[in-house]
Amino acid sequence: MLKKRIIPCLDMKGGRVVKGVCFEALRDAGDPVETAALYDRLGADELCFLDIGASVENRGTLFEIVERTASRVFLPLTVGGGIRSVEEIRRALNCGADKVSLNSAALANPSLLTEGALRFGSQCIVLAVDVKREGGSWRVYSHGGTRPTSRDAIEWIVEGVRAGAGEILLTSMDRDGTGEGYDIALLETVSRAAEVPLIASGGAGTMDDFRKAFDAGADAALAASLFHFGTVDLRDLRRTLYNGGAPVRPPLPDLPEDLP
Amino acid sequence: MGAAPRTAVIDYGMGNIHSVSKALEATGHKVRILSHPDAAFEDFAPSHLVLPGVGAFGEGLGRLEKAGWIPLLRHWIGEDKPFLGICLGMQLLFGESHEFGTHRGLEIFSGSVVSFDPGQGKVPQIGWNEVRRTIDHPLWRGLPPEPDFYFVHSFHVRTSDRSIVLGETLYQDPYPSFVGRSRVTAVQFHPEKSQRTGLALLKNFGAL
Repeated sequence: MLKKRIIPCLDMKGGRVVKGVCFEALRDAGDPVETAALYDRLGADELCFLDIGASVENRGTLFEIVERTASRVFLPLTVGGGIRSVEEIRRALNCGADKVSLNSAALANPSLLTEGALRFGSQCIVLAVDVKREGGSWRVYSHGGTRPTSRDAIEWIVEGVRAGAGEILLTSMDRDGTGEGYDIALLETVSRAAEVPLIASGGAGTMDDFRKAFDAGADAALAASLFHFGTVDLRDLRRTLYNGGAPVRPPLPDLPEDLP
Repeated sequence: MGAAPRTAVIDYGMGNIHSVSKALEATGHKVRILSHPDAAFEDFAPSHLVLPGVGAFGEGLGRLEKAGWIPLLRHWIGEDKPFLGICLGMQLLFGESHEFGTHRGLEIFSGSVVSFDPGQGKVPQIGWNEVRRTIDHPLWRGLPPEPDFYFVHSFHVRTSDRSIVLGETLYQDPYPSFVGRSRVTAVQFHPEKSQRTGLALLKNFGAL
């Protein structure tokens, strides 16, 4: 059975993890490579690097971090934030990223999804969508959630999948940072409309929020500060979800000790 | 165990090989990335060969052919030297594929490569899924009977030759996700992205 995924997200700016990570085990809480290695040991299913600084000058730094991480940590990596061209997608993948998430650039130029999918396969093209509720529907925002667009979330997601996106990273701006739980109505609506895997983002506050997101049709659930601040321990989360019957990977098996 | 395995990773322009190389290095392989079976290959004198790859079957086969790898692969596999195909590198070992038209594969193993049915569930399959052990093999050493590995793919192998199916995975229907005969092995999943479970398999490969 295909498992539901738990994805810690590292928000980065200028090559450093924003907000930091509250773990005594980390020598440098702002170092993305060390943070990634810690989440790997704690049993994350996948990691997401989001460059929220997203300036052109920092792009090289981001790629260098991805490369260092992928040399040390052997789990799936998604990289996003300011990636604008097929060439930048290629660079990210060559550095060891498995998937690239596109947001504002895809809104400005939906054919980027198509070009990326044709060149590298739709499995590595993630469409990131930031939305805010307006009455009974959701409006798409661009530029890190700062600019409203004229697009309806469902229409844009359906169009994006048709254009080549192989996965949707859906962030509820209403819930982001609140800890009130994922927007379940949003997840249910989008998972009915999209035929590709769906990652829930924005609002996780308790362990049970993950189960609810999975029940609502999300294939994966992403969280940042919840893990960074130690509100929820990844190992406890996995154990609790697994023991409660959620379709997640079991706690990590015991393997020979001589592995890295 | 004797000297470290000298492992050549074939670079034929099909997807990123950075992670494969690094994961092999992390598990004791001495790695060289090679894009042609030329003097550099001879100099390196590999003991192990890895064919990774993500992307379309026809294009992958064409690139292997163009770079001159096909005769070497046939010879290597014919001599039962340690070989590991990953993802597309597994699919290419089979008879034919129906991805964007029909293509003949290397026909090392009998079987074909077919698509998941978008009517039966999400395609591609992305994520962690179990590989159920069907036949024991040295690559399974130290692993639980149904470990989870990381998968990303839209096409999968179908074969009537059960003797080569070392492990299978359930997505829509059960399909072979781990095949092999003696020292020639191949996996549909990505050991280089499967954390310590994947590293354990790569380490076992080095001991073949």
